[in-house]
Amino acid sequence: MLYLQVLLNGIVLGCIYACVATGFSLVWGVLNVINLMHGTFIVLGSYLAWWAYSALNIAPWTALLIAAPVYFCLGYAVQRGILNRVIASPVLVTLTLTFGLDLMLNNAMLYFFKADYRRLVLEPAMGSLSVGPLVVPVDRLVAMAFALLLTLILYLILRRSRVGRAIVAVRMDRDAALLMGVNVKSIYAIAFGLGASMAGCAGVLLAMIYPISPVASGGYLGKAFVVCVLGGLGSVPGAIIGGLFLGLVESFGSVAFGPEHSVTLSFGLLILFLIFRPQGILGKRGFE
Amino acid sequence: MKPAVLFASLAVLVLLAGLPFLGSAYALRIGTFACMYAIMSVSWTVIGGFAGYPSFATAAFFGFGAYCGAILINMGWPLSVAIGAAGALAFAGAFLFGTVLLRLRGHYFAIGSLAVAEVLRELTNSATDLTGGGMGLNIPLSVTGSNSVIADASFFFWVMWALLVITFLVVATIQRSKLGFGLICIKQNESAADMIGVNATLYKSTAFAFSGVFVAMAGVVYAGWVHYIEPPDVYDILFAVKPIVMALLGGLGSPAGALLGAFVFLGIEEVVWRNYLEIHSGVLGFMVVVLLLFLPNGLLSIGKRLRRLGARNG
Repeated sequence: MLYLQVLLNGIVLGCIYACVATGFSLVWGVLNVINLMHGTFIVLGSYLAWWAYSALNIAPWTALLIAAPVYFCLGYAVQRGILNRVIASPVLVTLTLTFGLDLMLNNAMLYFFKADYRRLVLEPAMGSLSVGPLVVPVDRLVAMAFALLLTLILYLILRRSRVGRAIVAVRMDRDAALLMGVNVKSIYAIAFGLGASMAGCAGVLLAMIYPISPVASGGYLGKAFVVCVLGGLGSVPGAIIGGLFLGLVESFGSVAFGPEHSVTLSFGLLILFLIFRPQGILGKRGFE
Repeated sequence: MKPAVLFASLAVLVLLAGLPFLGSAYALRIGTFACMYAIMSVSWTVIGGFAGYPSFATAAFFGFGAYCGAILINMGWPLSVAIGAAGALAFAGAFLFGTVLLRLRGHYFAIGSLAVAEVLRELTNSATDLTGGGMGLNIPLSVTGSNSVIADASFFFWVMWALLVITFLVVATIQRSKLGFGLICIKQNESAADMIGVNATLYKSTAFAFSGVFVAMAGVVYAGWVHYIEPPDVYDILFAVKPIVMALLGGLGSPAGALLGAFVFLGIEEVVWRNYLEIHSGVLGFMVVVLLLFLPNGLLSIGKRLRRLGARNG
């Protein structure tokens, strides 16, 4: 029975990881930019949820409706104003640039919110659900459901909408898309905005489960890296597969080796995947 | 590198050696840090500047060296032997690991090299018997035998300085050698370089090893100097990023640029630290952004730009 419980924990964790990573994967896949600000965007989302709940009494799932447009605009502005200027430069430049921006953003956060841990405590508490011997906290279940919903929405946007098709076209072949009349710079900005929006929403959901602190951003960024490499870069299904895989590996790994080794395990896995299967589990595919 | 630039850099280094005669502990501290960061950025130039591989493994080398050295010193080995042993281990390890890791390119290599530091840190954290884990490790090393703070500080400054001079000379030699030429070929077009007979794997791994060996040695000196190390301190991701920023600041692909970048960067950072403690990392980030947007070719390119401007006007 223990293994069923571990399996369940892994799946719940995995869905949340998937939501954390989809935005990162979108930006990496389409823009070929590793957005080191992703973790900070997530924490900013958590702060928004905390503020909305404690000041305005807005429940986190309603706060998603605020977070999505707000972070979309933030991401759009960053890409339009700063990153588009160096988008054609070598990897080193874009990577270092997002690192610099992240330092600024993270420092601003530390300055305004301090490094204290805050906790969003839902009143009344949601308790936990038990089916037979299996127990799962309801807040995690709700977060997981919304994480899946958000990922599905992103998938549908990319699959069905005109803008989404344009993003996929740019990912597949930038020059061909340009020749077909796609405004590539604008698509870059929209893709980055969508990535930031997903990060903010993931942050809102994470606020229901984990304590909030600016120092958590590095950890979330690391998870996003690992999920992207495991699942395969630049596709929504890849992020889901990668997230679930990581969630399961971490929950079974902490039973087998002890929870203190979960980070070593996930990064060790990352290196192995990079060396032996850099295209990820799903292989190289476009953004469906 | 032109002879004039080389000799100017060496002159700066020779002048720097006189720092302990000022008798200021503060100046010595800054000087030692300047040498340490310069070792990192000049070393990084071999893999990042010559070969064009964005390595974030500097933190891994540094932490590895610091822990290696600390453990050896605590076992009673003298400092010089510990430095040599840590350097040799880092060279061999980086070479072997490089043959696999350097098959990755671009972002994938960047992440892979970053992950190495993470894994090493977690391993250091969990190998409690050997490293003290999260408790850190004390290195009760008395090198000069005297209790004078200045004498100790001067000693470690000179060791770090000597290491910097060696690093700089070695990297400048690499640049002029066949190895350096091969690395620049790899940067421009790896497949073409492979085609005309450059053994890319061997060259890249050697470059990776050279980018690690002196950083690991600096790690040993650092451990002996500060007497206490802990995993989040020596495996700090900033040790991986700052050398890159320094090299970019000075001018990518030039050892003299890396040297200049390290000194200028540290100077600016020190001023920021002293005046704006709470927002220093934000100011650092701002500098990075401004640098990349407006001076992408570094400080050394300013002279070139001015000369070109003069030629156009004259």
